[in-house]
Amino acid sequence: MELRSLFLKANNELEYSGNRIRSRKVTCKKCQKDVSVAKIRKNNFVCPNCGHYFTVRARRRILMLTDKRSFVELNREYESKNILGFPEYDSKLQAAKEKSREFEGVICGEATIGGHRSCIFAMDGNFMMGSMGAVVGEKITSLFEYATEKSLPVVGITVSGGARMQEGMISLMQMSKVSAAVKRHSNKGNLYIALLTNPTTGGVDASFAMLGDITLAEPDARIGFAGPRVIEKTLNRALPKGFQKAESVLECGFLDAIVPRDQQKSYLEKLLRMHNC
Amino acid sequence: MKDYDIVLGARGEDRLTAVDYINGTIKEFTEFHGDRYFGDDGAVIAGIGMLKDMPVTVIGIEKGKNTEDRIAHNFGSAHPEGYRKALRLMKQAEKFHRPVICFVDTAGAFCGVDAEERGQGRAIAENLYEMSDLKTPILSVVIGEGGSGGALALSHSDRIWMLEDAYFSVVSPESCANILWKSTEKADVVADALFLTSEKLYKLGLIDKICKKDDVAGLAEDIYSELKRLCEEDEDTLIDERYQKFRNIGY
Repeated sequence: MELRSLFLKANNELEYSGNRIRSRKVTCKKCQKDVSVAKIRKNNFVCPNCGHYFTVRARRRILMLTDKRSFVELNREYESKNILGFPEYDSKLQAAKEKSREFEGVICGEATIGGHRSCIFAMDGNFMMGSMGAVVGEKITSLFEYATEKSLPVVGITVSGGARMQEGMISLMQMSKVSAAVKRHSNKGNLYIALLTNPTTGGVDASFAMLGDITLAEPDARIGFAGPRVIEKTLNRALPKGFQKAESVLECGFLDAIVPRDQQKSYLEKLLRMHNC
Repeated sequence: MKDYDIVLGARGEDRLTAVDYINGTIKEFTEFHGDRYFGDDGAVIAGIGMLKDMPVTVIGIEKGKNTEDRIAHNFGSAHPEGYRKALRLMKQAEKFHRPVICFVDTAGAFCGVDAEERGQGRAIAENLYEMSDLKTPILSVVIGEGGSGGALALSHSDRIWMLEDAYFSVVSPESCANILWKSTEKADVVADALFLTSEKLYKLGLIDKICKKDDVAGLAEDIYSELKRLCEEDEDTLIDERYQKFRNIGY
């Protein structure tokens, strides 16, 4: 990461913590009303007018779900390389680092949640749409291996457009790599809770997002394998209302529960407690 | 030959399909149907048979031979029940200590409302998860198209082989070009960058062998001797080596 990117302000105006912005307002995409940034932040990044869920970057997501000052990050320094020499990938990586203020699209580590020791990973939608390349696969695999070794549960927050095509088959095979690590973790009797957020699609949906012992989702999150536009184009007709939204995915039987943002931490605490973690 | 020509060739309608490889390698092939949850998917053909003196489970993604046949096989794009049928028969193979052979030939898992509602993502994920420690050898051969997750779901194997004129890719070059430059015209440029040919994937260490095209008898011999070797390994070593094989990919 270039030094200057550490000093850049985040693109997401909700995240910027300078004083001047406290009085600022943003327009909610859903209800089109202007809402003060301070109010949105206080409300877990949910619009106080219409309940729209604003995106939350990975680091804040972890802060929201773990006990204060308990998070210790693992493998933060791993950085992607343009292994295949894919056109424009270098500049995209650079832009993603600046936009997300992270080295890669997932943050992994250990923390306590309501006093329960747990491993946690959170993907970052600001980093190339949370796509999974070799580093994302490696970090999550390492985390599961670490959790297996220490007999710790894993809480995973997913947001992803799928495999990162700029890394070709190397990124596709991360699906296999992570899934195998999840299996080993499970074989030792450890708990894995997946929390799916908007959107969780493609290769991430078709691997570790769907492999939790308990699978949770945020309201209204898009969850699915194929992109809606691709399906629409293939079938040449409009998609049913609410298609691939968490509420309908739950109805189809692929989620255990939909948990609103303000209840997520206590919900996780309860689950960890009931598993004696 | 350009990489994109290999992609187009792999889609060719006059190619041998999974049934040809099954019939050419397996004696007394006995097809089994259904996933025991929802239905029977025509895109996935699966059953048991004899590879010389060795009972094997064989699974193929079949594209079909003529229009009617292709419709029956859904052009080789599986629904979740196809992957679940495959997994059911792999579990059966594990129980009876039979090695598993997969012939992979698909443009991708089927994109549709039904497929999504029945859990296409979960079906693929479950295959990767369960195959990762299936206690019997698995050998996959990409015989034409290796289309993304839909092909990967039958390729979490001890050995991944490819025909010399097959491809295996994270995304179709057309979709990739469309996402990057909003046009499918540069699909040929993208095809080069995706490293999707057998030769390039072998160099990257992602596949284990490049097989000659149109030599089904030779392929049968090679599969037989490789499975013999893998059957001699003890279970823990086999599973451990399979884990390391995928563990080492990437970073």
